[in-house]
Amino acid sequence: MENKFIIGVVVEHDHGEIKPVTYEILNAASGLSGLVIAYYFSEIQDIDTKKLIDNGANEVKVFTNPTFGEYFHETYAAGLLVEIQKSQPDMVLLSSSNNGKELSAEIATRMQVGLATDCVDLQIDDNGDVLVKRPIFSGKAFALCKLKGTKPYFITLRPNVFRDEKLENTRSGIVKKDQITLPNVPQFVDNLVREVGADLDITEARIIVSGGLGMQNPENFKLLEDLAGVLGAAVAASRPVVDNGWQEYTRQVGQTGRTVSPDLYIACGISGAVQHLAGMSSSRCIVAINSDPHAPIFSIADYGIVGDTLKIVPLLTQEFKNILGC
Amino acid sequence: MKIIVCIKQVLDTAAKIEIQGENIVSPGSSLIMNPYDEFAVEEAVCIKDRIPESEITVISVGPDTVKETLKRALAMGADHAIHISEPLYPKLDHFQVANILFKAIAKGPFDLVLCGRQAVDDDMAQIGPALAVNLGIPFVTVVTKIQFADDFKTADITRQIEGGRETRKNMLLPFLVTCQKGLNNPRLPSLKGIMAAKKKVIQTFNAIDLDIDANNFDPKNKKLETVKLSLPPERKKGIILEGLDEEIAKQLVKIIREEKKII
Repeated sequence: MENKFIIGVVVEHDHGEIKPVTYEILNAASGLSGLVIAYYFSEIQDIDTKKLIDNGANEVKVFTNPTFGEYFHETYAAGLLVEIQKSQPDMVLLSSSNNGKELSAEIATRMQVGLATDCVDLQIDDNGDVLVKRPIFSGKAFALCKLKGTKPYFITLRPNVFRDEKLENTRSGIVKKDQITLPNVPQFVDNLVREVGADLDITEARIIVSGGLGMQNPENFKLLEDLAGVLGAAVAASRPVVDNGWQEYTRQVGQTGRTVSPDLYIACGISGAVQHLAGMSSSRCIVAINSDPHAPIFSIADYGIVGDTLKIVPLLTQEFKNILGC
Repeated sequence: MKIIVCIKQVLDTAAKIEIQGENIVSPGSSLIMNPYDEFAVEEAVCIKDRIPESEITVISVGPDTVKETLKRALAMGADHAIHISEPLYPKLDHFQVANILFKAIAKGPFDLVLCGRQAVDDDMAQIGPALAVNLGIPFVTVVTKIQFADDFKTADITRQIEGGRETRKNMLLPFLVTCQKGLNNPRLPSLKGIMAAKKKVIQTFNAIDLDIDANNFDPKNKKLETVKLSLPPERKKGIILEGLDEEIAKQLVKIIREEKKII
């Protein structure tokens, strides 16, 4: 095949545990009929690359360096720059996580090449132009954008969007391992403290149970935790709840919080301010429970329940328990 | 300490937006300081509260309306304001804006550069890291805590990551951070602050003052071009479930499992 696009994908992982978004990106990349190369930065050589290939990588390049055990934008950028010179990709795809966004912005600036973050669609048109669709104003609108100028283009893809699994166990791919020597190992690598909790991050969750002021007090969020526990869901909140200190800001959905697109969003006691709707209206299925029949949340809900949230949530929890047999 | 804060003026987050050709409009809505930039201004003012001889300079690129936002930052406690007036501003891409800010900041000394973690209009999160790379200084994004050492020469910086947080210890100044909700609670300007701001001067510069090459403004050199704007697809009208609470719960669980096959 001539003029084949080379698509680099940066694998996002936590000590070898690959984030689901990486598989989503590989799926998206393999749909573009190019050569897909997964870049895996690791401190150890011995890693399981099969799932990367099953999900769409034609090639996996494992780069080892003692500093790659933890993500630092400085060391990852240095490593990636070395590799980009070698494999000359047309585009490099990353997760639209906090790490992916800063890493892509750093390298795109160093290389003076185009960048689009937080994309929900990615296409190569007949002219070979790279087009992306990105939500703006937290999803109140969408911008279709064209990347221009010198390649590679850096594109970060939003988690939970590219989920059409094209998993094939029979795929084969090449695995190459290479040590990367960094010019000088910076001292800051010894100065990192990372604390990762057991909670599922709301941007990565398939199901979200979210609470608003209608939950009445912080203690009642226990009802949402119970429902979330049964569903394997993450608990989120509206802005007033976070501003009241009932929930951590990492759980805030909306224009000054985080934008989510789960399969199921259950809004409990959330009236639906325009900022909140912006952050969750791309969810596949929305359920709203609110005592006010005129609450704006009902205008975008697929299923609405007008009633006492504090009564209905435990009933749902029990009902899900019954059918799931737990 | 010399602190630079980059701020952007954006549409009020409560605004409902419309698309008119190549532009997003929201008739009747007000313009505000990007909420994440408010955390940046507040953080600077908190540092000045501790080291009164600090100097805070706020910088914004845009049309004349941004002066209102700069005034708010002055009323919150910033000392100086720089408005970079650029008629082509709305059509520039992020590399071009980062380069303008770089030229303005590099003119003088600084110890700390603060930005918001992203603007709530374009949601790109590019300017902070791009500016740090241009300035050749370390950076940390999505920051929720800056703990300075007693001598203010280093700081421990905590940033948000998916599912948790991480802290970089003993970062040596100068550096750039992008500020996230949780860092502080931005103050409302006091009456005293508003009066004091009236006496402060907003300096205005243009591209020529900053020695910026005309190529920087050439739309042909943009690396990202908006082809088309659209509104999100309308959601199909939903169903209100009716009946006794117990019945509704059963009905909903059935729909989610059997029709939607989500669980």
